[in-house]
Amino acid sequence: MNELPQQLANGLILGAMYGLIAIGYTMVYGIVQLINFAHGEIFMVGGFGALTVFLWLPDGFSLLAAVPLMIIGGVICSVAVGTAAERFAYRPLRGAPRLAPLITAIGLSILLQQAVWKWYPDAKKDRGFPQFGGDPVHIFGADIQRGDFFLIIAAPACMLILGWYVNKTRSGRGMQATAQDPDTAKLMGINTDRIIVMAFAIGAAFAAVAAVGYGLHNGQVGFKMGFIMGLKAFTAAVLGGIGNIYGAMLGGIVLGVAEALATGYMHDVPGMEQFGGGAWKDVWAFALLILVLLLRPQGLLGERVADRA
Amino acid sequence: MTALLEVEDLRVAYGKIEAVKGISFSVEAGQVVTLIGTNGAGKTTTLRTLSGLLKPLSGKITFDGRPLTGIPAHKIVALGLAHSPEGRHIFPRLTITENLQLGAYLRDDKAAIQKDIQRAYDLFPILGERRKQAAGTLSGGEQQMLAMGRALMSQPKLLMLDEPSMGLSPIMMQKIMHTIAELKAQGTTILLVEQNAQAALSLADQGHVMEVGRVVLSGTGADLLHDESVRKAYLGED
Repeated sequence: MNELPQQLANGLILGAMYGLIAIGYTMVYGIVQLINFAHGEIFMVGGFGALTVFLWLPDGFSLLAAVPLMIIGGVICSVAVGTAAERFAYRPLRGAPRLAPLITAIGLSILLQQAVWKWYPDAKKDRGFPQFGGDPVHIFGADIQRGDFFLIIAAPACMLILGWYVNKTRSGRGMQATAQDPDTAKLMGINTDRIIVMAFAIGAAFAAVAAVGYGLHNGQVGFKMGFIMGLKAFTAAVLGGIGNIYGAMLGGIVLGVAEALATGYMHDVPGMEQFGGGAWKDVWAFALLILVLLLRPQGLLGERVADRA
Repeated sequence: MTALLEVEDLRVAYGKIEAVKGISFSVEAGQVVTLIGTNGAGKTTTLRTLSGLLKPLSGKITFDGRPLTGIPAHKIVALGLAHSPEGRHIFPRLTITENLQLGAYLRDDKAAIQKDIQRAYDLFPILGERRKQAAGTLSGGEQQMLAMGRALMSQPKLLMLDEPSMGLSPIMMQKIMHTIAELKAQGTTILLVEQNAQAALSLADQGHVMEVGRVVLSGTGADLLHDESVRKAYLGED
């Protein structure tokens, strides 16, 4: 049996998740040059927000009807945490040495993990996430789990909305201006503080959508899930060219597909038999990052930073 | 009559270093007023304080009858004060049209914005020809034109131009100065900061000479142009 379509499908689904989370890293970095290392936890909080909404619903409520409500719940939680982090943790440190907000981000990340671990009911172990039952759907030679259709629809939809917002709305234009030259943006009348909040909020909302996809894909959410997913998504953002929103999605998909292919095929490569399978997938993902950084430091879609006049 | 802009005893510091040490001047509606002086005299600092990018230590700024101190930069534009910053600072990865549209960020009158964009293209035809090009690909002089056009897009009561001739070829510099004269003729009120004292003073109704954070000499443009100390210090005469 030819398993290539299956591996590609797995990679695309995983990559869509990475890409959606990576948008948050890349937008925030593009505007305030901050790596928000708490973003993985903002993703995790979105997963728990969605789960909470599901648990509130009466038994027998259709999952299909529940998913939109779960997205709303997840988005509210993630956006609340993301914008509060901006307001109370990062904004007071604007203008401080770069290391200060970076350490704050790491601290915030630990705080959020531990808070969920401590206070969310039964969160000390992974919590089950609702699943679409039924057989996988067979298309293009791949078996796709029903829950994974969520990401297949949500990721492109999110990208379309984001593209429209950034290019067609006034506030999106203001965001581009703020990213390119914040002081001059203020001279245009752009409230750059509000634009920064907007960037955090959009990133958090996309992370929450990714978290719903993650829950439906894996069947569980846990307080630690933001760590490795956040790291991978950050990798995807760098891979695609940090600061570039399309690069973030491209980087996510390249990373996801590369991981899936390495998992599926590495053991067929002579001499590499022992390096295939899921246990090595993170190694290959980060090896790919190192390779891209060596050959194309600005990332796949990144621009070389030109000197400002 | 009260002036459009009134600056009284303005002091501005970067940390402990005081860059502007108590200056006063005013700009009447319809006038061109210039601040001249060497690098480090505090001219740019003054403009950046007027537009709200820097906070003053003390002093009073009154614009159009309102105090400006304490108002954030993005709200000052709305009051009618536009600033074309030193070094042009156009948005390099946006097109010329998009840059001009950003100049009208706070306006809602779409048809009038379109008309003003057309006016900018009439003023600077080269911008019209390249309207879809990324602004970062323009030459220095063209970027200066764009920065001025963008500042005009907010329909300001006062246009502040910081070193519009900086780094330009003599021909381009002449073009820019010619445009400023044209704007003046149309009745635009302009606060012009320049190192090119000759060109600035020829245009200006009023001039102020700044040295290390203070105004050391004030007068009409013509007076200063003929003042011996100004000629020696800024016009390169022995």
